[in-house]
Amino acid sequence: MQLTLEFGGGLELLCDSVKIHKVNVDLPDESHILTMKDLLKWVRTNLIKERPEMFIKGDTVRPGVLVLVNDCDWELSGQLETTLEEKDVVVFISTLHGG
Amino acid sequence: MEAGEAKSKKAGGPRLCCICNLRRPVLKRPKTLQQICRECFYEVFEEEIHQVIVKNHLFKSGERVAIGASGGKDSTVLAYVLSELNKRHSYGLDLFLLSIDEGITGYRDDSLETVKRNEVQYGLPLQIVSYKDLYGWTMDDIVKMIGLKNNCTFCGVFRRQALDRGAALLKVDKIVTGHNADDIAETVLLNILRGDIARLSRCTSITTGEDGPIPRYYFSTECIYSPNAYRGFAREFIKDLERLRPKAILDIIKSGEDFRIATTTKMPEQGTCERCGYISSQKWCKACVLLEGLNRGLPKMGIGRSRAGDVNGDLHNKNESKSGPTVKSIESRKQCGSLDF
Ligand SMILES: [Zn+2]
Ligand SMILES: [Zn+2]
Repeated sequence: MQLTLEFGGGLELLCDSVKIHKVNVDLPDESHILTMKDLLKWVRTNLIKERPEMFIKGDTVRPGVLVLVNDCDWELSGQLETTLEEKDVVVFISTLHGG
Repeated sequence: MEAGEAKSKKAGGPRLCCICNLRRPVLKRPKTLQQICRECFYEVFEEEIHQVIVKNHLFKSGERVAIGASGGKDSTVLAYVLSELNKRHSYGLDLFLLSIDEGITGYRDDSLETVKRNEVQYGLPLQIVSYKDLYGWTMDDIVKMIGLKNNCTFCGVFRRQALDRGAALLKVDKIVTGHNADDIAETVLLNILRGDIARLSRCTSITTGEDGPIPRYYFSTECIYSPNAYRGFAREFIKDLERLRPKAILDIIKSGEDFRIATTTKMPEQGTCERCGYISSQKWCKACVLLEGLNRGLPKMGIGRSRAGDVNGDLHNKNESKSGPTVKSIESRKQCGSLDF
């Protein structure tokens, strides 16, 4: 599945200082849908190069990391259960640093 | 945005903004738990700030007001909102952006770029004041002289006074600084953890100038040399609380505000620095002591056991803050960094 992932507010520093990643994520074997939960695992494995604890806490993002799916706060789409579709844009912004 | 229409189905059927009932909601306001659209968010946010400004009589027509501009999100939002409201409601303010350049090579490059963009976007004149202008020393000069060990002391002390000194240099009536609720809640919590009720009472007040040191807009910028772990834990704790209950952050701020009432009678005594006139509990304020040391080639002066800052936590990373914009009146500007918060 083709997705655009954007990292901001300092999170880009965890993935080689690249803010925008056009990625191709394989669907998990058993299902035909990709959820945010799957995507976070994928990002953790494939994009985060250092200090993963700045991004992930437990099985979700660290508190203070804003997640937008197609410009909409993921709280409105079901957070980890949000299902992704082809060409979706997912943005992660850390609000923890820099006023 | 086109993709949004399809996406809203995921949330279990298309829901519309609670306010306009027209557009797709994009966020849930922690304050009200309302799901609202981008346009309505801007509208209620700006209107609330206008109401706060009016209710607290923050400005008078014709005043010269400096917006503390760090290039961060809070000051960028403040610059936008204030320039917008100034036009919309004819406040009659002479606004400009005031930025401090510490003189650390590379450190401010990005943020100064952002501030320059703000200058163009919002049509606000920009004044950059450097540590060199204010103190005669850049941070790089200081590091060259004292090494990396104690430079945070200098940076923190100088930073706390820089906005005031910059504003005095530019002859402004007021300084406004932008803070977000997370930062304020964090500061409230830290002041409680440090047992500092005097500071706690100040940190949620919307205007300062008659008492206590001034909140600083970029104190949440982590020092590149030494991130403050204690503050980091406090931040994570409140964000964890927020996850359980979105209103938790605003409630912490409310607690800080309510504490103020109970403690107004017990403020610490404050004099003024004999050298520069800022409020100081000592004869000379901390910045003046440090500067004297630098200028006399004794940079260790003022560092060490006697430093006031140690008692109250690290000298950098301070973030005494307000809800929404904070206004600092210059007429009564006599603050000093030596009483930190
Ligand atoms: Zn709306
Ligand atoms: Zn002084």
